[in-house]
Parts: sequence; C-alpha cells; structure tokens
Amino acid sequence: MPFVVPKENYTGRIYTVEIGTGEKAVKVGGANTLPYLGFEGEIPNPPAIAIEIQDIPAKDWPETLKKPFDGVTDDPAAWARFCEKELGVGIIALRLISTHPDYGDRKPEEAAKTVEAVLGAVSVPLIILGSEHVEKDTQVLKVVSEAAKGRNCIIGKAQEENYKTIAASAMANNHKIIAMSQLDVNLAKQMNILLMQMGFDKERILTDPMSSALGYGLEYTYSVMERIRLAAIVQNDPAMQPPLVSDIGRNVWKAKETIASESDIPEWGSVEERGITFEAVTAISMIMAGSDLLIMRHPKAIEIVKKTINELMER
Amino acid sequence: MALSGVEIFKHLPKTNCKECGHPTCLAFAMKLAAKQANLDSCPYVSKEGKEFLSSASAPPIRPICIGHGDGSVKLGEETVLFRHEKKFVNPCALALSIDDSLPDTEILKRIDGVKTSEIERVGQKLRVEMISVGHTSSDPSRFSAVVKLIRENAPKIPLILNSKDPAAIESALPHCKGARPVIYAATKDNTEAMVKLAKENSAILGVYAEGLDALSSLTEKIKGMGLDDLVIDPGASTPRRMIEDYTMIRRSAIKKGFKPLGYPIITFTSSKDVFAESMKASIGIAKYASIIVLDSIERWKMLPLITLRQNIYTDPQVPMQVAQKIYKIGDANEKSPLLLTTNFSLTYFIVQGEVENSKVPCWLAIMDVEGLSVLTAWAAGKFTAPKIASFILESGIGDKVARKELIIPGYVSILSGALEEKLNSDWKVVVGPREANALPAFLKNRAA
Ligand code: B12
Ligand code: SF4
Repeated sequence: MPFVVPKENYTGRIYTVEIGTGEKAVKVGGANTLPYLGFEGEIPNPPAIAIEIQDIPAKDWPETLKKPFDGVTDDPAAWARFCEKELGVGIIALRLISTHPDYGDRKPEEAAKTVEAVLGAVSVPLIILGSEHVEKDTQVLKVVSEAAKGRNCIIGKAQEENYKTIAASAMANNHKIIAMSQLDVNLAKQMNILLMQMGFDKERILTDPMSSALGYGLEYTYSVMERIRLAAIVQNDPAMQPPLVSDIGRNVWKAKETIASESDIPEWGSVEERGITFEAVTAISMIMAGSDLLIMRHPKAIEIVKKTINELMER
Repeated sequence: MALSGVEIFKHLPKTNCKECGHPTCLAFAMKLAAKQANLDSCPYVSKEGKEFLSSASAPPIRPICIGHGDGSVKLGEETVLFRHEKKFVNPCALALSIDDSLPDTEILKRIDGVKTSEIERVGQKLRVEMISVGHTSSDPSRFSAVVKLIRENAPKIPLILNSKDPAAIESALPHCKGARPVIYAATKDNTEAMVKLAKENSAILGVYAEGLDALSSLTEKIKGMGLDDLVIDPGASTPRRMIEDYTMIRRSAIKKGFKPLGYPIITFTSSKDVFAESMKASIGIAKYASIIVLDSIERWKMLPLITLRQNIYTDPQVPMQVAQKIYKIGDANEKSPLLLTTNFSLTYFIVQGEVENSKVPCWLAIMDVEGLSVLTAWAAGKFTAPKIASFILESGIGDKVARKELIIPGYVSILSGALEEKLNSDWKVVVGPREANALPAFLKNRAA
C-alpha cells in the first residue's frame, strides 16, 4: 500500500484584512487551508502579534511584566513609542481601561486625547480597545473612532449589546472592527451577521470568540476556534471567514501561574521564565487553533512566538 | 476505519441461518457495524472473513503500552482529528533525554528531576513519564552502563533506548528485562537487526525514516517481519513539518484506514533555545504527537506544558467536576467560616488551595451546578439565590456553625440581598473577594 498524501479540497478562504497605513501597514488572514497545512493551500500572511499598552500606568501588573516597561508606562505615547522603536513590535493595542466606571471613569474626550497622542507617537497600526463596559464603550469608542480617522485602526470590541453605535462610528471613520461573543460558535456567527446586516463590510470584521488563558478555559476557546475555522474553510461559510483575534495577555497575566513567586510555590520554578512561557504557550496554542492576530503583553513572550511563527511560515 | 453494515455483510456467509440470534446475516452485520454485537456469535464465518473483519475493526491508531507496572504509559487509540468531536484518548507522554556522554553525577541529577517532576493541577497528579537515553558516546558499553544506572535508580520509569546502533541496543537490553522499553530507532539501514532485538526482548520499536513515503514502506516491511508494536517518527524537525506530517499521519490512519501509519508518533523537540523547545513541544501536544522527548524539564517550563496537555486531553463534553458536599478544610469547628463555591473542578481546586494557604480552618460548601465556573453557572441560571438557599438549608451545615454566615464569591455579590431573603432570617451573607488569591488575606483579617 503506497502512501498517498491525504489532501482535502477546500472551498473557503479567510478574508484578508489590512490595518494601518503606509509602509507599516499589516495584513492578516487570507489563508485557504486549516492552520499551517501548506500542502493543501496557501497561508499568505503569518499570524500577527500586537503588544498591549494601556492608558494608565501599569501599576497593578505583576513584576515580571512591569520590568520590561520600566519608566515608560506613565505616558501612553512614550510607552507606544518604546514598543515600536525599542522593541520593534509591528502593531500596538491600546486599552482604554481608565474609561471604565470602576477604574477612573475617564470621559470619551480624554480617551480621544490619549488616542491622538499615541497615534502621533507611532507609525505602526493601532488597535483601540475600550474597557468592555457595555454602555461606556458605546460612548468612548464612538469618539475615539473619529479621533483616529484616516489611520485604518481596529476598533474593539463590539458585543451583541452595544455593536450598533460602535460599528456605525467605525464604519463612518473607515476602521476595522472586532466582533466579540462568548465562547460559542453560533454566537460568533450571529455577531458577524448582525454587523453585516447593518451594512458593515464583512471583510472589515475580525472575530474574537473570547480567549482564555492556558489552564483557565483554554480548551473551550481552542475548540470554538477550531470549529469556526472548519466552518470557514471546509463549509465555506462567509459569516465565519473573518480573521480570528486572541486577546490573551490580560488573561494570562492574572493567572496565579504567572504571578506566584518561586518562594511561595517552589515546585513551579522561576517566576519570570514561567510567566513568559505561560503566555507564549497560550499564544502558540491559539495559533494552532487558527488565530490570525494575537494581543499579548510580555516582549520576550512575543519574541519567542515570533520566532516560531517564522518557522511555521517556512516550507 | 469503521466498516459499514453492508461492507461487513459482504464477508458473512449470507445463509440467514439465525444462529447468531439475528433474523438475517444483514441484520447481524448492522449490529456489528453499530458495535452492538460480537463477530464470535456467528459460527460459520470463514477464516479469511474473520481476519479481514477483525483487522478492519482494529483501532485506526494502534494502542501501545510502554513500560511495566504502575509506571507504564498507554498511547495511541485515537479516533478523531479534532477534540470537539470526541475526547482525545491517551495523553501524550513527556520524556527527558539523558545522554550517555554526560558524567554520572549529572545523569543522577536528571533522573532525580524526572522522579520529582510531579505537579498537581485540578486534582490530577501530572508528571514527566519517561526517560530517553541518548547515545553520543559511541561506546556501546558506556550506553549499557548508563541504562543500568537509570534502571537502578528509576526502575519504574519506562525508557527509550535512543541509538541507531544495534550493538549498543543489544548491550543495554539485558538491563530492561520485562520492562518493555522503546528501541529508537529502526531505519532502512539496520532494520533486520533492530526487528530481531525488539522481537526477542518484547520491546516497542521506534521506526525512523525521513518523510511519510519512506516511513510507511518501512513500517510495512517491519510488519511483514511480524512486528506490529511500533512508534513512528517521520523526522519532522521544524514546527511547520511537525504540523503537516503529523496531520497527514493522523488523517491517513483515521480517515483512510491506512495501516502503515496507524501508530503513535514520537518526536524529539531538541532546540538550541529552551523557549523554542517549549514551542515545539506545545505544537506536538496539540498536533498529535504521542511521545515528546525534551532536552530539559525545568519546572517553569513543565508547568505550562503539562497544563496544555491537560487542557487538550480533557473531555469536551463533560466538564471536570467534583461532588456536591460541604468540605471540611483543616480543623474546622463551629467557629470556622463557611464559604460557598461551585463544583467545577478548576474552581474548586483553586478555592480549596487558597483556603489551605490561609491556614484558617474553614467549611467549604460546594454546590452542584453541573461543573460550571462561578460566573458561567450564574449566567446559566444554575447558581441563583433560591437554589443556593435550598442547598445550604438542606445540607444541615446550619447546625454545625455557631455564626450562620455564608461567604459568597465576590463576582456574584449581586446575589447577596436575594440570598439573605431566601435563607432563614438568622443567616447573614458576606461578600468575599472576587479572586480566590485574595482569600488568604481576607480570611486572616476576619480571624484576627
Ligand atoms: C470557560 C467559560 C465558559 C465555558 C464553561 C466552562 C465551565 N465549566 O464553567 C462555556 C463555553 C460552556 C461557557 C458558557 C457560557 N458562558 Co462562559 N465563560 C467562560 C470563561 C471564559 C472562563 C470561566 C472559567 O473557567 N473561569 C475560571 C474559574 C476558576 O473561575 P470562577 O469559577 O469564577 O472562580 C474564580 C472566582 O470566582 C473566585 N471564587 C470562586 N469561588 C469562590 C468562592 C469564594 C467564597 C470567593 C471569595 C471567591 C471565589 O476564585 C476563582 C479564581 O479567582 C468566562 C470568562 C472569564 N475569562 O472568566 C466566561 C463567562 C463566565 N461566561 C459567561 C457567559 C455569559 C456564558 C454563557 C451564558 C454564554 C453562552 N455562550 O450562552 C454560557 C452559559 C453556559 C450554559 N448555558 O450552560 C460570562 C458571564 C457574564 C456575567 N458576568 O454574568 C463570562 C464572564 C464571559 C463574559 N465576560 O461575558 N462559558
Ligand atoms: S450465524 Fe452467521 S450465517 Fe447465520 S445468520 Fe448469523 S451471520 Fe448469518
């Protein structure tokens, strides 16, 4: 019995979404095969990685994570510039956490100023994230969308309860959007359809099926993503073909595994390498499951994953 | 590959004699296809028919058991490509590579690393299961001595004898009597000698060939020589080739019933950089490897890898859960605080761990919400004030504590008013912290 390559024929393809402007613009998505099965399709763009910064200093981040950003987190623009210039990261994700009623309740106008300052400091693409407070995000994301006009950003996240205003302003200002739902294949599809029904171009959407950290529900995210990708590629379902986003950094860096010191739990070993590896392993598993864009926090974890991505793209 | 009823029918006598207890041969075939009958019930099926049917009904990926006794590991038997379809069956084994060029002191250290690698997570005890003995010394007697040293110090740990030199393998095998090691590997150049050694010593044979064409010809040849307990390695050394080759192997075996690749996969993730090795090992865990041989097993590296393996191999249909019960932590008495949480294993073990950390004896009330986390259970309507109240009241814990105070998770603070109403008037509800890691401080404060 000779070996025959068990090739499958797929009809679906992930949309290619371009973000940012000029030389530093980045394309994500575009594959017409399951993750890294290059023998039966094309994978034109590697999964992209954005580094997360926020609009307030990283005071409550664990030590391991604060260290690489020492001295730059007081000013979001300086922080962003540091990420582009010193770390060489290709996308920045700015989380407007201080707009949350419990974390500062900053006004949309203040958030817009931060966004302008960050955009002024960098030339790489920007992902602008709200605080995920359903009501507040509608006000904030509308205003920051306008402030970022012309820069082809990703605005996020639109959820079932608040997508209309957020999508309308993202559309009016020519941005891309993240559609988030809660760990359910049908809900993810539903969210994309709702956006399309209001006239949002399907090729400007990115799907966030909700991520979890390794050990804290990762298996649910992993399987939901695999199923979305199968629906997109094998069943050629256009409502499932937006690229997938994994917003993992903030979940990973609140897990005990990334925080507990070696003296507290000696059997877990060095806290620094452990935290970095925990984020990198979370990221690579999401990439296996189909992620096209990851939002991460630790520069070393990003570097490790990038090296592996380079090897994944080589045939 | 599972056969359909009609395909099975073709190999039955077609006489409809009813002796199998079914009205027709076809009816019996249908039951066989549904795995509700046993082929032995038909006395008239031909020898050829029997051979064909039993080989076709064998699992697409051969089950392999390595080692002996309570240290042994079971691999293979997988039936699907994606974990949402059905639980992945046998978690991959993790192995540490120990080279025979290392000094004995270093070797003993590494053995100890494997023996003490256990990490407990969500109630499961997880560890590095195997040792792979590398042979770079090019001295068969050194190889043999190192295998002996490892066997003496870690008799329960299954071994991979990693050498392509039959002389080295032969010199080491006497130390592995009855221990079912893996011999790694047979190649096209040493096939006869390795097959002979594996057969004589009832060892598992690793088969190495570059690429899937060469690999499947080689396993076919070896099977023809009467050996079927194999693990295979197509030599995929980059992440991309690992994913492609291992997917092709799993697909060929499961979807095409291609027997020459229906064996567990062994992979060596050795890299110049330890972080790169963790990435390759992660890819192996997610993408179908059954044995992953690592260059190093630092604890900080194993925690994420072991966690990933646990995640990938959990049952997608049934969340891991614990029984509904009021658990006593430490020496809890009538003055000890009472805490409430859900019966999702992850939630329970995190909370229990933190309560233990606090050193404050407590009562921990675990409510059955079908294995959902606190917020998921709340959002699903399974962790509501009336349900919690009846669980607490019926549990009888009220008679065991002096102060009828129930501490609830911070994330469901919204329940406190309604819950206080539903519980009898002598109960008080206290909102605890949101994250369990704030519990030790919270409990110590209350005790003070
Ligand atoms: C995995 C997951 C699922 C899995 C279920 C996993 C499971 N077995 O529970 C699935 C996919 C099935 C699921 C489904 C749903 N989910 Co869900 N899910 C999650 C997710 C990602 C992780 C949950 C988890 O495992 N957490 C880890 C455990 C350990 O957390 P925990 O139990 O809360 O315990 C912590 C604390 O509460 C505290 N603690 C626990 N006990 C105690 C006790 C005391 C005394 C104290 C002081 C502290 C304490 O300690 C723990 C660690 O700090 C969360 C989002 C997130 N990142 O948290 C959403 C989340 C819980 N889900 C949510 C929702 C809405 C749903 C659905 C209703 C959505 C849907 N798809 O229909 C369904 C409902 C399920 C159903 N109908 O059966 C929402 C809940 C929103 C809300 N605030 O009510 C969340 C928060 C997501 C979100 N941000 O919107 N979900
Ligand atoms: S015993 Fe065998 S031959 Fe007789 S009916 Fe059953 S299957 Fe057919």
